[in-house]
Amino acid sequence: MYRKKVITAWAAAATLTLALSGCANQAGPTTTDTSGTSGKVNIPSISKVDVPSGAVLPKGDGKATCPATTTLAYAGAQTGPNAQLGINIFNGIQLAINQHNAANPGCQVQFKKFDTEGDPNKATGPVTQLVSEADIVGVIGLPFSGESKATGNIFEQKGLVHITPSATNPGLTENGWTTFFRGLGNDAVQGPAAAKFLTGKLGAKKVYLVQDDSDYGIGLGTSTSAGLGSALVGTEKVTTGQKDFSAVISKIMNAKADAVFYSGYYAEGAPFDQQLSGKGFTGTFVAPDGVKDDQFIKQAGDASNNAYFTCPCIPGELIPDFASGYKEVSKGTEPGTYSIEGYDAATVLLSGIDAGKQSRADLLSWVKAYDKDGLSKHLKWDAKGELQAPTVYGYKVENGKIVPIGPIGE
Amino acid sequence: MLPLLVHLPPMENDWISFDVPSLMENFWSATFDGLTFGAIYALVALGYTLVYGVLNLINFAHSEVFIVGCYAVFFTLSNLGFGPSAPRLDIWAIILNLLLALVVAMIASALTAFVLERVAYKPLRKRNAPRLVFLITAIGASFTIQYLIYLWRGPSPELALTMFRPTPIFDVFGTIVDSQQLVIIIAAVIMMVGTERFIRKSRTGRGIRAVAQDPDTATLMGVNKERIIITTFVIGGLLAGAAALFYVMKIPSGVQYSGGFVLGIKAFAAAVLGGIGNVRGALLGGLLLGLIGNYGQILLGNSQWTDVVAFVVLVLVLLLRPQGILGSALGRSKA
Repeated sequence: MYRKKVITAWAAAATLTLALSGCANQAGPTTTDTSGTSGKVNIPSISKVDVPSGAVLPKGDGKATCPATTTLAYAGAQTGPNAQLGINIFNGIQLAINQHNAANPGCQVQFKKFDTEGDPNKATGPVTQLVSEADIVGVIGLPFSGESKATGNIFEQKGLVHITPSATNPGLTENGWTTFFRGLGNDAVQGPAAAKFLTGKLGAKKVYLVQDDSDYGIGLGTSTSAGLGSALVGTEKVTTGQKDFSAVISKIMNAKADAVFYSGYYAEGAPFDQQLSGKGFTGTFVAPDGVKDDQFIKQAGDASNNAYFTCPCIPGELIPDFASGYKEVSKGTEPGTYSIEGYDAATVLLSGIDAGKQSRADLLSWVKAYDKDGLSKHLKWDAKGELQAPTVYGYKVENGKIVPIGPIGE
Repeated sequence: MLPLLVHLPPMENDWISFDVPSLMENFWSATFDGLTFGAIYALVALGYTLVYGVLNLINFAHSEVFIVGCYAVFFTLSNLGFGPSAPRLDIWAIILNLLLALVVAMIASALTAFVLERVAYKPLRKRNAPRLVFLITAIGASFTIQYLIYLWRGPSPELALTMFRPTPIFDVFGTIVDSQQLVIIIAAVIMMVGTERFIRKSRTGRGIRAVAQDPDTATLMGVNKERIIITTFVIGGLLAGAAALFYVMKIPSGVQYSGGFVLGIKAFAAAVLGGIGNVRGALLGGLLLGLIGNYGQILLGNSQWTDVVAFVVLVLVLLLRPQGILGSALGRSKA
C-alpha cells in the first residue's frame, strides 16, 4: 500500500530531523548555563548600602506634639494587577508612621489608604474623596505615572502636598504643578546613567539599543542613546506583544554587538532575551526598571543569567534596621521595589509635622524647602519637584535572584 | 524594484524609510529565518488548501486547529519537565520527548479538525446550506474555540519553553545556519512532499482529487464523499499539529489563545498566493510569503512592516495572476 510508505517516510523524516537537533544539542558545550561566557563582565553584588550618617528618621526627638486628628494618606494601588508595588510602598509608609508614633506620645499621626487599583481611570474618584478630608495634610503617592498625570490637578487645586515614591515619567513635572514632588530619579536620569553603566563599568564597545513602542520605552531609549554616543551601533524598534525577535536578533549578531540595552517591559524583554541567548549571543543584556522583576527570570529561564538592570530604586533590603522593621509590618516579607522610597517620603512629611507644620500650606512649604538626608538618599527638590541629586542603582541576576550591585552612572 | 530604492536617501525620524545597506548586510540571515517561517506557514496552508479544494470552503477555524496543537505541545513538554531553560537531557531523550510532543500535537489538532467538521460543517452540508453560511460558521467556530481557550487559560501567553539550544551547523557567506532552522525546514519540506505524493499516488488521494474535481461524479463512481471529506480535515489537522511543534520551537512565547489568528491568515494568504487548492502552491506560497515578509521587515526597519509588505506583494501577485502562482489545481491530475 502506498499509504504505508508515506507514513514510514514521515516517521523517518521526523526522526532524522529531530536527530539532527539532538546532535547539534550535544555539540554545544553550553547546555547548562550562559554565565561566564566570554562577553560578560561580572560585577560583584553588594551586601550593604551606605546610609548617610545624619539621615532623618521618623522617630525625631520624641517631643513632638500635634492634634490627634493629624492624618497622612497613601493613594495608590492596593488591589488590581499591580497591587504588589503598592503594597511594597504602603508597608514602608506604615513602618515610618509606627516608628514615629511609638517615639512621640504627644503626636499620634493617623494613616489612611485610598485604593486606585493603579488605574488612571479609577484614580480620580478616591483622590477627590481624599483631598476633601480636611484632616489629611500630606500624601504619599501616586505610584504610577498614568494615575499621577490624571490626578495632579486635583491635588493642585486643594494645595495638598504629595510625594510620589515611584512614578518616573519625566513629563509629570512639566505640568506647572506646585504640590507634586518626585521621591526618585525620573527616566531622563535613568537613561544617561544606563549609558554610562554600559560603556563604563560593563566596558561595552558596541551597544545595540532595542526599544518598545510605549512612552516609557521610547523616552528611556532616546535618553539612553544620547548618552551612548559612538558606542551605539544600532537602534531597533519592537512592539508591545511581539513574539518573534529573529530579525532584530540577526541585526544584533551581524553588528557584533557586545551589549544590548532593552528599553521596555519584561513581557517582551523576557522572550527577547531568551531568543537572543538561543541564537548564541554571548554579550550582556541590560534593561531598566520595567524589566527588573522576578517574572523576567521566571520567563527567560537560564537566558536571564546575562542580564543587568538599572533602576532609580534603592535596595532597602540591604539596610538591616529598615529591613527588620519592615518585616514586622509586612508579616515577614522582605522590603520590595520602592519600599524605602515610600518610607523616606513619609519621613519627610512626618518631620514637618513634628516641626509644627501642621496645615496643608505649612507642610507644602516645608517640603519645598526640605534639604536633608533620607535613609536612601539626599532629598532636596528643585522648583519643579524633581530631586536635585537622584541615585540610580544597578542590579543583576545571580542564581535566579535579582541582586543589587551598587550605584551606577556617577 | 531594488535598484530604484537604492537611490532613495535614508530618511531619519520618518514613519517610513528604506534601509538598503541593512538588507544587504542581513540578507542571508533574513533568508534562512524567512524560509523557516515559510515552512511553518506552508504546513498550515496545506490545511486550508486541501479543504478548499474538496469543499470550496475557506475553513477559518483552521487557525484554531493549529493553536490547539500548540497547547498540546506546551502541555506535553512542560509535563515532561521542559521549561524556559534549555533542557539538561542527552540527545536521544530530547528526540524522544519531541517526537512524543509531535505525535500528541498531531493527534490533538486532527481531533479538533474532526470534531469541527462533525459539529460545524456536516449538519450544514446535510441541509444543503448556501456557501455563505459555511463561511460564517467557520468564522464563528474560530472565535468559539479561541475564546474557550481564553476562558480556560486567560489572556497571557504560556511560559516559553526551550526545546533545545540551537547550535551552528554550517556557514553560508558568513551567516550561520543553526540546527533549529535546519530541523524546521527539512522536516516541513519532507512532510509536504509526503503529503503531495500521498494525494497524487494513494487510493485515498485519488478519492480526494476526484471529489475536488466533481463531487457528484465521484460519488457515482463509488467514492465515499463523506469519508473523503473527513479524511481531508484530518490530514489538514495532522499537518497543523506538526506545524505547531515547529512554531513553538521557533517562537516559544507564541502559545496564547489568539496566537493562531495572524498565522492562520498568513497561511491562508500563502495558499492563495501559490494557488488555492494546489498542494505545491501552498509550499511555494508559504516559503515566498515568509521570505518577502522578512526582507520587507529588514528593509523598512520595523517588525510591524512584515505583514504590510507580505500582503502588498500578495495583492500585486494576484493582480497579475488571480489564480495564484501555480494556479488552483487540486482536481487536475498534476495536483
